[in-house]
Amino acid sequence: MVSQTIPVEVISEKSGGSAEVTLVPIHVMGRRYMVPSDLTIMKAMEYAGYQFTRGCGCRGGICGACGTVYRLPDSHRVEVALACQEIVKPDMFLSQLPFFPQNKAVYCIEELDVDEGTLAALYPEIFKCIGCGTCTRSCPQDIEVMDYMAAAIRGDIARVAELSFDCVMCGLCIARCPAEEAQPLVAILARRIYGSHIAPRAQHLQERVQQIDDGRFEDDLNELMKKDLVELKELYVGREKEPDMPDPNWRPTDSSYL
Amino acid sequence: MPYPQELKDYIKQVESTRPERVERKRRGEEFASLSLDGREERLKSYHPDYKDDALRDIRVGVSKGYGISPEIVDTLEARSRIDPDRIEFDEVDHEADVLVIGGGGAGGAAALMAAKQGAKVIIATKLRLGDANTMMAEGGIQAASKIHSDSPYWHYLDVMGGGHFTNDPDLVKTLVSQAPKVMSWLEGLGAMFSKDPDGSLRTMHGGGTSRKRMHYAGDITGAEIMRTIRDEIRNHPERIEILEFSPAVELILDENGVASGAVLYNLDTREYVIVRAKAVVMATGGSGRLHMRGFMTTNHYGATGDGLVMAYHAGVPLVFLHSVQYHPTGIVFPEQAEGLLITEKFRGAGANVVNVDGEQFVYEREPRDVEAASIIRECSDDMHKGVPTPTGKVGVWLDSPMLEMLHGPGYVRKEFPGKYILFRRYNIDVAKEPMLIYPTLHYQNGGVEFKPDGATVLDGMYAAGEVSGGVHGENRLMGNSLLDVTVFGRLAGESAAEYASKRDLPSGMNLDHLRKYHEELDKTGIETERVAPVILPDYTNPDVKERQVVIAP
Ligand SMILES: Cc1cc2nc3c(=O)[nH]c(=O)nc-3n(C[C@H](O)[C@H](O)[C@H](O)COP(=O)(O)OP(=O)(O)OC[C@H]3O[C@@H](n4cnc5c(N)ncnc54)[C@H](O)[C@@H]3O)c2cc1C
Ligand code: SF4
Ligand code: SF4
Ligand code: FES
Repeated sequence: MVSQTIPVEVISEKSGGSAEVTLVPIHVMGRRYMVPSDLTIMKAMEYAGYQFTRGCGCRGGICGACGTVYRLPDSHRVEVALACQEIVKPDMFLSQLPFFPQNKAVYCIEELDVDEGTLAALYPEIFKCIGCGTCTRSCPQDIEVMDYMAAAIRGDIARVAELSFDCVMCGLCIARCPAEEAQPLVAILARRIYGSHIAPRAQHLQERVQQIDDGRFEDDLNELMKKDLVELKELYVGREKEPDMPDPNWRPTDSSYL
Repeated sequence: MPYPQELKDYIKQVESTRPERVERKRRGEEFASLSLDGREERLKSYHPDYKDDALRDIRVGVSKGYGISPEIVDTLEARSRIDPDRIEFDEVDHEADVLVIGGGGAGGAAALMAAKQGAKVIIATKLRLGDANTMMAEGGIQAASKIHSDSPYWHYLDVMGGGHFTNDPDLVKTLVSQAPKVMSWLEGLGAMFSKDPDGSLRTMHGGGTSRKRMHYAGDITGAEIMRTIRDEIRNHPERIEILEFSPAVELILDENGVASGAVLYNLDTREYVIVRAKAVVMATGGSGRLHMRGFMTTNHYGATGDGLVMAYHAGVPLVFLHSVQYHPTGIVFPEQAEGLLITEKFRGAGANVVNVDGEQFVYEREPRDVEAASIIRECSDDMHKGVPTPTGKVGVWLDSPMLEMLHGPGYVRKEFPGKYILFRRYNIDVAKEPMLIYPTLHYQNGGVEFKPDGATVLDGMYAAGEVSGGVHGENRLMGNSLLDVTVFGRLAGESAAEYASKRDLPSGMNLDHLRKYHEELDKTGIETERVAPVILPDYTNPDVKERQVVIAP
C-alpha cells in the first residue's frame, strides 16, 4: 500500500522524500539543532528529540495549542507561527508559547442584556486598546485582530463575531498586547452573543423539536426498529434522494414519514 | 510546495474532462452508485479491515476471543501502566459527584449536563480542555431539522444503511430523535451555525445521506462546537473543576466493584493523583494515534484509545472494534500536510473524485468505507490508475475547482476557508487546482458497550462518544459523530449525576481489578514489557532515544 507510513511521523517524513535529506539549523529556546529542511516546526522539534506534553494538540492547525514566536537573524521583527503548520526556516530562533494567563469573565449567556455595552461591561479593559496593531501582526491566522477589537469598542458585536470566526485562541495576540487585552476571550463572547441573541433563531428547528416532544415520530421509528434485515434493506435502497443542486423548495414525493 | 510540473501535467487530464462532468452534474446525472452487493464485494477485496491479518483475537478479559485491530489488542494484552501496590488511597486529592474523563465534545457535554443537575463535577483531561478530535471536525453535524423534506425516520434509515445494518437500533433511535434537540441546545449556547438571513439553518449532503441534513459552521464545525462548550464549562467554576494535563490512567472501584473515581497522572510533575467520585463518565475519544496498519491519521495528538483499556481492565466489553474507519480523503501532497483531512463537504457539495486520466471511477458520496476501498482499488496494482507523487506515494484527485463552476466563482474560498488557507501556504490554489488525496485513518467505529442512557455493565461508569461502540455499527457516516458525542454526552452526564445523587461517598477504594487482570495475563502466558494505556504517542527521533539517559537526581 503506497500511502502507508510507519507510525513514527518524523521517520515517514524522512523516508518519504528523496534519499537525500537537507538539514538546516534551528535554535529551540537558544539551543541549536540540525533538522530536515522540509519539516514543520513541530515535527522538527520531535526530530530533534522532544516529546511534547505541552504545546501540541490537534497537529492540524485548529486547536491553538502550539503558538510559537521566532526571530530570523536578518530582521528585527518578531514572527509568529503555529508550530504544526509552519515549515522551519534556516537559523530561526524559536520558542513555543503554549500558555499565557488570561482571566475569563463568567456570564450566563442566556440572561445577558445585549446592547453595544455588553462586551465592555464584561471586559472593561477593551477601552485601553491603543490601536497599535501588534495583535494583528501577531496572529498566525491572519485575523484582523485590531479591527475586531475596534468593533468591540464600538459595540458592533456582529462585526467582532464575523472578523474573529477563524480564531484558534492560541493567545499570541494576548502575549504581545501593550494594553494587556484578552482579545480571543472578547471574541468568543461576541460570537456566542451573536449566535444566541443576534442571529435569528431557526424556526424550523423549534418546530421539529416540538414535533419530537409531541411524540410524532415514535410510531414510525418503532416500526422501523421491528423490521427484519430484508425489509430494512429494501426501504434503504428505495430511499428518495434529495438532489445535489440547491433547491430549498424541494419536497419528496413520499411525505408520509415527515 | 506548489505542484511540481509532473503533477501539473496530470492536472491537465482533470481539466479536460471537467466541463463535461459539470454538465452532467447540472443535469442531475450522477455516476452510478454501487449496489449493496457491489459495496460488499468492493469492501472485501480492497478495504484494509478485510485483509487476512487485519484482525487478531484478544486473549484475555471479558471480550476474549473477539478479533480486532492488532494495535488495539497490543494495548489490551499489556500490563497496567501503574503498579496497584504502589498506589495509596489514604489521601484523596480531589472529590466529586461526577468525574468526567476526557475534555472533548462528549466529556464537555456530559460535564455541563451533570452540573446542570446539581452535581459537583471534575473534568480530567489529557492535554488542554478541547484538545480533542471534536475540535478538528470540519464538515458538519447531522440532524433532521428540515420539517418539509426530512425526519428522524429518514435519518434512522441512513444511519443503519451506512453502518451496514449492524448498528444497535435503540442507540440509533435515540441518536436521531435527540438530534434536533441537541442542535437547538447548541444554538442556544451561541454556536454560530451557517444560516440563511431568516435564521434557517443551511444544510448539505454528506456521504450516505438521502436528505440534506448536514449542518455546519463554515468549515470548522467541530471547533465552533468545542470552543462554545469549553467557554460554557468555564462559566461554571463553582460546579465544574477542570484538571488539564491530567490523563486518567486507571479506574478506581469500591469494595462492591462499583466505579468510584480514577487514578490520574500529572504530566508536569509526574505524580499520580487520586480522584474519588460517585460516578464516572468515560469520554476519552478515539485511537487514531495507534496508527492501525501503519496508516497516517487525522486524529489529534491524544487519541490513543486509553478509555478502551481502562474500561476493559474493569470488565466492560468491547464491541464493533473490528472495523476502523479510513477517511477517503486525506492529503497525500504536499507531504507536510500528509494525513490531514479534506472534509467530506467537498464531495457533499458535488466535487468528483477522479483518477490519473481525469475519469470518474466512483460515485463521490458512497459511504466512507466504500469510497475509501474504491480509492485504494484505483491506486492498486490491479488498476494502476493512481497519480504518483514526487515523494513516491499515490493518490487520486478531488476536483475542487468544479465547485466554482457549479456554485459560482469564490465558492471554494468562502465555504472552505480553512482548507483554502492551508493549501495557500504551499502555493496551491484549490479553487483552481484539484487536491491529491488518499484514505487516512480517521475514526474508531466501535468501543465500549453502552446503553442509550450511557450506562455500561460496570455500575457507576457511563460512556459517551468515540470511545463507545454500537451507534454507528460497522461504519459511521459523516456528521453523525459530532451528533453522537453531544447526544450521548449529554445523556451520560445526566445519568451519572442521577446515579451520584443516590449514592454515598464510596469507601474501600481499590485497584483489585488490575491485580486480577495481571494474573490473567500471567496465566495466559502473555509476557510483555508493554504497558497501557498509551497516553501519548512517541514520535521522538529513534536516534535520539537511543542516546537518552536518565541522570540520577
Ligand atoms: C479531522 C477530523 C474531522 C472530523 N470531522 C467530523 C465531522 O465533520 N463530523 C462529525 O460528525 N465527526 C467528525 N469527526 C469525528 C468527531 O470529531 C469525533 O469522533 C468526535 O468529536 C469525538 O468526540 P469525543 O468527545 O468522543 O472525543 P474527543 O473529542 O477526541 O475527546 C476526547 C478527549 O479525551 C481526552 N483523553 C484521551 N485519553 C484520556 C485519558 N487517558 N485521560 C483523560 N483524558 C483523555 C482527549 O485528550 C480528548 O480531550 C472528525 C474527526 C477528525 C479527527
Ligand atoms: S495589540 Fe492590544 S493595544 Fe494593540 S491594537 Fe491590539 S488590542 Fe489594541
Ligand atoms: S486572534 Fe489572537 S488568539 Fe485568535 S488566532 Fe489570532 S493570535 Fe491567536
Ligand atoms: S497543534 Fe493544534 S494548532 Fe498546532
